Amino acid sequence: MDVFSLTARACRDLLGSGEVSSTELVELYLDQVERVDDRVGSFLLVDRDGALAQAAAVDATPRDERLPWEGVPIALKDLLCVEGMETTCASRILKGYRPPYDATVVAKLRAAGLIFLGKLNMDEFAMGSSTENSSVQLTRNPWDLERVPGGSSGGSAACVAAAQAPWSLGSDTGGSIRQPASLCGVVGMKPTYGVVSRYGLIAFASSLDQIGPLTRDVRDAAALLDLIAGNDLMDSTSVGLPAPLVMPTRTDLTGLRFGVIREFLGEACEPGVREVFDGAVAAIHAAGGMCEELQLPSVEKGLAAYYIIAPAEASSNLARFDGVRFGHRSEGAVDLIDMYNRTRSEGFGEEVKRRIMIGTYVLSSGYYDAYYTQAQKTRTLIADDFRRAFGRVDYLISPTSPTVAFGIGERTQDPLAMYLSDLCTIPANLAGLPAISIPAGLSHGLPVGLQIIGPHFSEQGLLEAAYAVEQRLGLSALPSIAEAGR
Amino acid sequence: MISREEVEHIARLSRLRFEEEELERFRHDLSAILDYVNTLGELDLEGLKPTAHAVDLKNVLRADEPGVCLSQAAAVANGPAVEAGQFVVPRIG
Repeated sequence: MDVFSLTARACRDLLGSGEVSSTELVELYLDQVERVDDRVGSFLLVDRDGALAQAAAVDATPRDERLPWEGVPIALKDLLCVEGMETTCASRILKGYRPPYDATVVAKLRAAGLIFLGKLNMDEFAMGSSTENSSVQLTRNPWDLERVPGGSSGGSAACVAAAQAPWSLGSDTGGSIRQPASLCGVVGMKPTYGVVSRYGLIAFASSLDQIGPLTRDVRDAAALLDLIAGNDLMDSTSVGLPAPLVMPTRTDLTGLRFGVIREFLGEACEPGVREVFDGAVAAIHAAGGMCEELQLPSVEKGLAAYYIIAPAEASSNLARFDGVRFGHRSEGAVDLIDMYNRTRSEGFGEEVKRRIMIGTYVLSSGYYDAYYTQAQKTRTLIADDFRRAFGRVDYLISPTSPTVAFGIGERTQDPLAMYLSDLCTIPANLAGLPAISIPAGLSHGLPVGLQIIGPHFSEQGLLEAAYAVEQRLGLSALPSIAEAGR
Repeated sequence: MISREEVEHIARLSRLRFEEEELERFRHDLSAILDYVNTLGELDLEGLKPTAHAVDLKNVLRADEPGVCLSQAAAVANGPAVEAGQFVVPRIG
C-alpha cells in the first residue's frame, strides 16, 4: 500500500470494508515515521504503544458496531493537551508536563475513535514562521530538507506532506496553519474564530488563536473540521458552526465572484509565487468563476497591528509559567521573585522572551493608548475593509505566503524578515475570518499555496469553492522524501 | 531607540533577567520592532472603536450546577514541589 496516496477518507474506507485492520494502518504510519523522521523531524513524541493498544481495541470491536472514523490515526500539534501525554509547546519551561485533562478537540477525536500517533514539533509557544524556534529540534521541509517547513505548525504540515500521518491538527494565530500548509504542499484551514473550542489549547493570543485541520485534500479538511467544531461550555468564545458540514461536491464556480487582494501582490511577492497564483486565477476563470482585483488598503497594516496585539496577549497568557504549578523550576533561588526570574529566563527561548518584552512594553503605563488602542482600532479598520469587500465578492484570494519555503537559518537573525512571512495570512486572524490554503502548483519544485478567505461562518461555501478549485489545480507531484523514503 | 533603562524596566515587569550582551541585543531588536509597529501612526483612526474580539458575541447565562472537576491530587500532580496537596514555593521577599 502506498502511504502517499492515502487520504484519511481512504483509511476510513479500507477499515470499513475490512481490507485493513486498524493495527495494520497504525503500523503503516509508524513505519513511515521510523523511515523518514530522522530526516524530517516532525514528531516530538511518538506514542507507539498507546497507538497500537488503541488500534487493538478497535480491531476487537465488530466492524458494524464501530463509529465512522474509528481506528483512523491522527497526529497533534504539541500545544494540544492530551491527558497523561507529555505536552510541551516545544518549550523547555513545559518539559515533563503531563496534562490532567484532554483539550476539547482531543476529547472529541477520542470519542470518535481516532488514534493518536503522537505530538508534533512547532515554534515554541507557536511563536514563529519556520519551526526553527522549537527548543527541541529542527523540522525540515519534505520537499527540500535544506528548507524550513514553515510555522508555527511546521511539524503538523511536514508530517502530512511526508505521509507520517494521514492528517493532523494545528493552530493558527497569524497564519500558523496556512503558511506551513502552503510551504509543504498540503491543505490547511483556519476556521472562523469561535467555530472550534480553544479549551485545552495552550494559549498564545486568545483573541486570535483557532485550531484547524492540515490534510492531503479539501474533503479531508471538511471531514476533520466537522469532527472538531462545536460550541463548548468550557470556552465562552466558542459558537460552533451554523450546520454540520457536508462533503463538498461543487465542481464548477459559475456565479461565484472572487476578489484578488491587490495589496498582497506587491514587491514582497516572489515572481515564481505570482506566476502560480496567476495560474490559479486562470483556473478559477476556466471553472466559471469571476475574478476582479480589489483594494483593501488597511490589510497592509495588519502585520504592524498584529505585532502589538499578539505579543500583548501573549505577555499576559505566559505569565502563568512561573515554576509554581507545572513545568520547569529553577533551583537555588533565594526567594520567590528570584525563582520566577530564574525559571522564566532559563525556560523561555529567545523569540518568546522578545514577544513577552514587546507585549509588556505596549501594555505598560503611558504606552497603552499609543500602541494597544491604536492596534485595536486598526483591527476595526481591517474588519470594515473586509466587510465592504464581501459586499462585492463572495470570496477573497491571494497567495498564502509571499515566498516558497526558505532556507534553514536564512531569516533567524532578522525577526522582522521572519514576521513578513505572515503578511498575507494575519488579516484573516485579526478579522476572525475563515481561510483555507490549498496547493496551487510548484515554483522551482517547491509548493505554492492559494489562500481563499470567506465571510464569518461561511465554512461550507468556502470548502465547496476550495474543492472546485482543487479539482482544476490538483497537485500530483510528491515531495522528494517520497522517493528517498521508499 | 529605546533606552537601556527602559529595557531593564520592562524586563523587571516581565520577570525576565538578561545578561549584559542580551540586554543590548534586545534593545536593538525591540527598537526595530517598535519602529515598525509605529507605522500605524500613518493611519487615520479618528472616530473608530477599538476591536477586542472579531466576532460579535453576547453573554449567555447557564444554570449554576455542580459538575465534576479535577481531584486535588490530579491538580497538583505536575507541581515541581508539592507537600500535603499544596504547592511549595521559596520564601517571599
